[in-house]
Parts: sequence; structure tokens; C-alpha cells
Amino acid sequence: MAILQTAYIEEKFDTLQSSHPNVLLNEVRQKGFQTYQNVGIPSYKNEEWRYTPVSNLFKQSYSFSEKVSTINQASVDAFRLPDSATANELVFVNGLYNPLLSNIRSAANEMVIISMEEAANDIRFSDILKEHLGKSSLYLQDGIHALNTSFINGGVFVYVPKKVQVALPLYIYHIADTVQNPVLAQPRSLIYLAESAELKLVETYKTAGSSDSFTNEVMEVVVAGNAVFEYYKLQNDIAVANQVNTTHIRQIGKSYVHTVVVTLDGGMVRNNTNIIMETPGNEAHMYGLYLLKGNTHADNHTLVDNREPHCFSNELYKGVMDDATTGVFSGKIYVRPQAQKINAYQSNKNILLSEKASVNTKPQLEIFADDVKCSHGCTIGRLDEEALFYLRSRGIDAAQAKAMLLQAFANDVIEKIKIESLREHIETLIVNRLSVQIS
Amino acid sequence: MLSIQNIHAAIEGKEILKGINLDIQPGEVHAIMGPNGSGKSTLASVLAGREEYEVTEGSIEFLGKNMLELSPEERAREGLFLAFQYPVEIPGVSTTNFIKSALNEKRKYHGLEPLDAVAFLKLMKEKMQLVEIDKALLTRSVNEGFSGGEKKKNEIFQMAMLEPKLTILDETDSGLDIDALRIVASGVNKLRSKDNAIIVITHYQRLLDYLQPDFVHVLYKGRIVKSGTKELALTLEDQGYDYIKEEFGATTI
Repeated sequence: MAILQTAYIEEKFDTLQSSHPNVLLNEVRQKGFQTYQNVGIPSYKNEEWRYTPVSNLFKQSYSFSEKVSTINQASVDAFRLPDSATANELVFVNGLYNPLLSNIRSAANEMVIISMEEAANDIRFSDILKEHLGKSSLYLQDGIHALNTSFINGGVFVYVPKKVQVALPLYIYHIADTVQNPVLAQPRSLIYLAESAELKLVETYKTAGSSDSFTNEVMEVVVAGNAVFEYYKLQNDIAVANQVNTTHIRQIGKSYVHTVVVTLDGGMVRNNTNIIMETPGNEAHMYGLYLLKGNTHADNHTLVDNREPHCFSNELYKGVMDDATTGVFSGKIYVRPQAQKINAYQSNKNILLSEKASVNTKPQLEIFADDVKCSHGCTIGRLDEEALFYLRSRGIDAAQAKAMLLQAFANDVIEKIKIESLREHIETLIVNRLSVQIS
Repeated sequence: MLSIQNIHAAIEGKEILKGINLDIQPGEVHAIMGPNGSGKSTLASVLAGREEYEVTEGSIEFLGKNMLELSPEERAREGLFLAFQYPVEIPGVSTTNFIKSALNEKRKYHGLEPLDAVAFLKLMKEKMQLVEIDKALLTRSVNEGFSGGEKKKNEIFQMAMLEPKLTILDETDSGLDIDALRIVASGVNKLRSKDNAIIVITHYQRLLDYLQPDFVHVLYKGRIVKSGTKELALTLEDQGYDYIKEEFGATTI
């Protein structure tokens, strides 16, 4: 266990490089490490990190992605999502893919799930890795992302073959075992949907133990033509579970992407959700809800890069901030000069329930084409007093009226979750939260 | 049923009501008329319990209880109903769930079991016919995208569902065309009984033609300056409020 100082990180990096002699992965890691050394950990002076003091997480000691863990099937049971028996379940413990705890129920010809190391050595997949692993670095020249890339180890590769619509959703549980020590976990994954493939993916994060954790995750997703990718993230971890995670989705053929990111609890949480539209006619829908209590900090940075014409994107992020919580929304939309006839919409709406809560919201549209439709809007306000009075005047007490209004506010995002059992699960979490929180 | 004694009320330090006295018995319909700014809507707000209005003097007794000590929701459960002048749109809250919650809160308050889904739907169906409201509206979010007439019908529908002892119609006629006014008024008339009372706040005579109030009060500058029977409303309709202003304007400031 040690503080994440440069000398320590260098030592860990050298050990990893010499112990895993795979040329492909060594090269990707080496590039990542160079970036890490060049740019370092961002300070608050870095505009992208202005409101999220991530450097604070580097001031304390962690175990470095240790394999040693007491997590077993029974401990995973405590974290399972509903209908897990009819889902593919992938388990990461302290950032490392654990095949023994995972349950892959789809047939092998429907979906391939193997470790990144296996994939790098498998001639069926090594070209895909060569072409796509680490591509997100082009967009994220920061030390946090580079740190993950430097330590690609124990990651996972998921491949959905052409024309396969995977019926069972893929659940990914990230478990931080902090029973012994605080933990640094750096999960890495590459998801590849071949042409006309369909996949629903759900990620969730849980801590076993009560010590701090720092999860620094990178998931790269490649979506080929005519494929459909649905992505859901549920963050409802303990108050000392910190994370920076990047979901970097590239649409390399005309395809459909739908994402919903829900943050209900945790410590310092930063989500980078990037959608790169590399071919004409792509479509993406991005939704987010952060409904926070205590001291949770939730930062959603989104990026839609329209590189080609005729793309469509719609983005709605909503926040409900109570207690001393802080929220950040930063939504970038790039429209490249050749990306004519695109439609890009963005909206961020926030409700502050407490004097101490705050939110910073920043839409950023950078448009270099002249025939496009783009809009953005953001609001920060209180609960609608008129609506509250209307409900109360019918006999509904103030707390319940407040909960009803907040549920309705949150529902615009929650209703976008197309997996029914997951949607109901999250609805229940929200109802329970609101009935306890507001009194 | 309702006894208002010398009520003074202010908003943001400005006194709007300057000593209102009013007694209402079960079965009665009282109209409160008056020019703009006379305090009609303030009176409705004070009765319903809007917290931004401060009652500085006086008392209100409702069904034997000190109304000023009750929260808006408690007043509603006791049997008060305010039909809003501007019903609020609440996106995302379904009308049906909203009314069901309201009804069951009221039942709970009176020690009754909540209505089950079947009984609730049966009641809804019955009351829907009474006020001629379109079923489709009730599957939508509360008032969201409703026309002016639909919003007012929805108010009367809620009144029908909640069966209040005392209803305040706050300018329910404003913004209604003649057909909608007729439907709303006939809905209210069907809900009248010897056990409940209605306060009709209005600027105009036309709703009163349908409702036929037992008493008419003229509010001016925060006081009731004239009370009478329904003929008083007709006089006002003929002569306008100017004669009230002339008669009371100088002396009541």
C-alpha cells in the first residue's frame, strides 16, 4: 500500500511491463505511460477538471489493483441487479476481471468474453485490439486516463459477432474490496459490436468494506454499421467510493447508441461519456440523472463529436442536489467543418434542495459547419412552489408532494431505461431515497 | 361551518385584507365580487393556507377548528377545496395517481381505509360523467397541455372526487367560453347539497346566472362593503363597480 506518487507508479509500471510480455499491450501501455509522464495528474487549473479536485485522490495510500481478495459468489450476491439469473454477469474485483465469479450465459457464438491478454494473443481478435485499443487517448490527453492505459492488465474484451442480437443483457459488477486496505482499481474493457449486432450493457459499482476506493475506469466501445448499443450505468456506492470513469463510444458505421447514466450515491464521481460519430448518419441519445445527498460530488462531462454529416444526437441530463452535494455538467458538442446537416440537442436541468448544494453547468458548442441544427439549454432552480402548493391544497402532505415532484423530474431520465427490471429497480431506489430524504 | 372574524392579511408587508367578516352555513352559496385588486384572490389564498400571506389579525374557524393553525393539506383533509384560478401544470405526475393520493390521504385522515384500485376506478367513472370530462385527460400529467376549459373542468372533477365541505371557486369562470362555463357550472350545481357550502369568487355575473347564490358580498379595498342577495350582483352588472368606488372609495382608505 502506498501513496500514488510518481516513483511508486513508475516502479509498478516497470514491474507490469516486464511480467506481461505481450508486444501489443506493452506498446499501448508504453504510450499511455508517456502521456502520464508528460501531462501528469490534472490540477484545478485544468479547465476540464476545474470543479473536480481529482488530485486530492492522489494524496492518500491505496493498494494497487491487488489480486488478493476474499470476494466470493456470496459476496457478489449482495450486489446483483434484478433478473441477474437471465443476464450475462461480468465481475471485476479491484479492477481485475474475475472469470470465476462471472457467469456468461449466452452461447459462445452469440458473444465472446475473454481477458484482454487472451484477446491480444488470439489471431481472431488481435487485429481489432491493434486498431481500437487505446483510441480514446486521442480525446483524453490527461494523466488520469493515461494512468489507466499504463496499467492495462486484467481487463476484458467483449465481442458481439455480425447480426447477433444478444438477448441477455450484460451486467458488469465492479467490486472494490476495501476490507483490508483502501484500493485503487483500474478496470479496462474493449467492447466491439460487429455489423448489425445488438448489445445491452449495464455497469454498476459496489464496495465491499468501508475504506476508501478509487476506481479509474476506461471502457472503449466500437459500434459498427447498423449495430445498436444500449448502455446503462448505475452508481450507488458508499460515500468513500471515488471514481473517474470514461465510456468512450465510437460509431464507426451508421449505428444507434443509447446511454443512461444514473448517479445516486458515492464520493467524488466523474463520468466522461464520449460519443464519436465517425461515419455519416449516426444517431445517439444520451441521458443522465444525478440525485445526490450528503457530500457526494458528481461530475458529468459529455462529448458528442460530429465528424461526418447527417448525424443526430439528443442529450438530457438532470440533477437533484440536496445537503452539501456538488454537481458538474459539461457538455461539449463538436461539429466538424464537413459535418453538415447534423442535428444536435442538449439540455441540462437542475433542482437545488439545499442552501449548501451547488451545481456548475457548462454547455460548450463548437460548430464549424454552417448548415446544422444545434441547441442547448440549462436551468438551475428550486422545486416549483406553485406545484407544491397545488398538491398540498388537495391534501397531500408537503414531504410527499415534494417526493412526487422530484420523482416526476427524475422520471424524464429514468423512463429512458429500456430494461424493465433495471428501470423498476432504479425507480424503487429513488422512491426509497426520496421518502427518507425529504421529511 | 366557516366563521371569518376581522381578518387582516398582508403580503410582503403590504396589508391587503383590512378586516373581513363572513359567516357561512352548510348548504349556502356565497358570491364574492369586487373590482380588480380588491382582495378577492387574497381571501382565497388565506383560506387555502398559502404561506406567503401573513394573517396579522383576526380569526377563522372552520368546522369548529382554528383554521389558521392548520397546514394547507390539513385544511384540505378537513374538507376545504380551492378551485384554482390558474390550475398548475405538473409534468410527469399522472392525474389519476395524484387524485388517488389526495383521496386516500383524506380517507386516512378520517380513519378510513384507502380505496382499492377497483373502487377508485368506479368512483372516477361516476364522477367523470358528472363533470363531462374526457377520460383521456386523466391519463395525462396533471393539467399538462390542457386548454383553459379543460383545466377548469379538471378542478371541478377533483372537487367531485374529494367531496369537500367547503369549496372556493376562485374566478373559475375566467377564460371560459360559454359552453365550458355551462359544463363547469352544471358540474358545480350537481355537487351542491344541504351539507356543503360554496364560495364563488368572481368578477362577473355570468357564472352567478347558473349558480344562483344565496348571498352576494362586494369586496373593496380589503373589506366587505356591501352584502345582499343575488339581486346585488345584477345591480353591479348594470352599474359596474364605479358606484361602489364612489360610495366607498374616499372613506375606506
